[in-house]
Amino acid sequence: MSTGCLIGSAVIAVIVAPWIGGLLRGIDRKLTAHMQGRIGPPIIQPFYDVIKLFGKKPMVAGGAQLAFAYAYLALIITATVFFALRQDLLVVLFILFFGSLCLPIGALSVKSPYSQFGGHRELLQFLAYEPILLLAAIPIALKSGGFTIANIFEYGQPLLPHLWITFIALLIALAIVMRKSPFDISSSEHAHQELVRGVVTEYSGPYLALIELGHWYEMVLLLSILGLFWVTGGLWWLSIIIALASWFIMLIVDNINARLTWSWMLKFAWGAGISLVALNILFINLGWM
Amino acid sequence: MGILSTSRVKSPWLLHFDCGSCNGCDIEILAALTPLYDIERFGIVNMGNPKHADVLLVTGPANYRNYRVLRNLYEQMPDPKGVIVVGTCGCTGGVFHNCPNIIGGIDKVIPVDVYVPGCAARPEAIIDGVVLALKKLSRS
Repeated sequence: MSTGCLIGSAVIAVIVAPWIGGLLRGIDRKLTAHMQGRIGPPIIQPFYDVIKLFGKKPMVAGGAQLAFAYAYLALIITATVFFALRQDLLVVLFILFFGSLCLPIGALSVKSPYSQFGGHRELLQFLAYEPILLLAAIPIALKSGGFTIANIFEYGQPLLPHLWITFIALLIALAIVMRKSPFDISSSEHAHQELVRGVVTEYSGPYLALIELGHWYEMVLLLSILGLFWVTGGLWWLSIIIALASWFIMLIVDNINARLTWSWMLKFAWGAGISLVALNILFINLGWM
Repeated sequence: MGILSTSRVKSPWLLHFDCGSCNGCDIEILAALTPLYDIERFGIVNMGNPKHADVLLVTGPANYRNYRVLRNLYEQMPDPKGVIVVGTCGCTGGVFHNCPNIIGGIDKVIPVDVYVPGCAARPEAIIDGVVLALKKLSRS
């Protein structure tokens, strides 16, 4: 692909990603309502919410908090740009890590106990899913011959038949990143639980909107990484279907589960997630996959 | 209406505070969240966090025990915001009127926009009250 084409796709990704993320979030709320026997809000509801939040009067508990809200959004957009430019998958993941890390640091910079609680739990969530994401890059590199996303495009074959075990591990990571039950331990979906809204309790108005926008980018980026598993080999549209199917699985898991404890999450993510990826690396090295 | 005021009307997040009510009105507020009334249809979400809320729903009479908490919650909500009082106790003090520990209606402590009378107020009346408060939000 030419440089101009790549830059064009990066610009399109930055503009289009929040629209897709917001719509997915709206469809999520609608489907969840239907699963609970309700009618639910219109699917453009998340856009109403974010525009309303941008129009509210800014209230802050500390300057550091603001810096981290902006850093969160900026770093996640940077990761999206690097992804669209088909750069190194590890670089994309590391920028994403730094971006996600801004959220707990911002929360811990405030003295509110709910915010502190949420920040600590967010760090635990971080500890649970980051190793899976990072290790998942290894089998992808082993199969496609390099860590860059361009390598995956040049590989010419779909990755999913060889890496379906890694894919399952990535689904566990996706559930934690999307903050869905049973993994919504750092910021509960609705704010009447023991930690209010946890990590975002102290963010209000426009700064909450920035974080919401960041979540949309993050979700679309994660789903795009899952889409990479079938991006070549003719049937490229299967990558979109795979991404949407994994998103729908997350929705069902969210609706049939209650929130669980952080220790359960850590055991599950490390026990199941990391061993699945390790198994996949072993099988590739043995030549079975 | 501009896009901002449309969004304000379409996405009111509620904060519910029980100022010492008998829980009758609180049960009716929670009834509005059930699939029968399903207030999320209108984008209304019950938030437990004053910093995220647009509309404060108060039940029960203002009293010396917790009026500071009520004022604190009100001040933590970012503008523009609305206050709805649900139930007779919150409107005037109701059956607790003239008790030694009671100040009176909620409007003795914080400015109130909408009064929803009733003992207890029905969920339809509460939803109606929220719609009235939205008119204030759309103007601001």
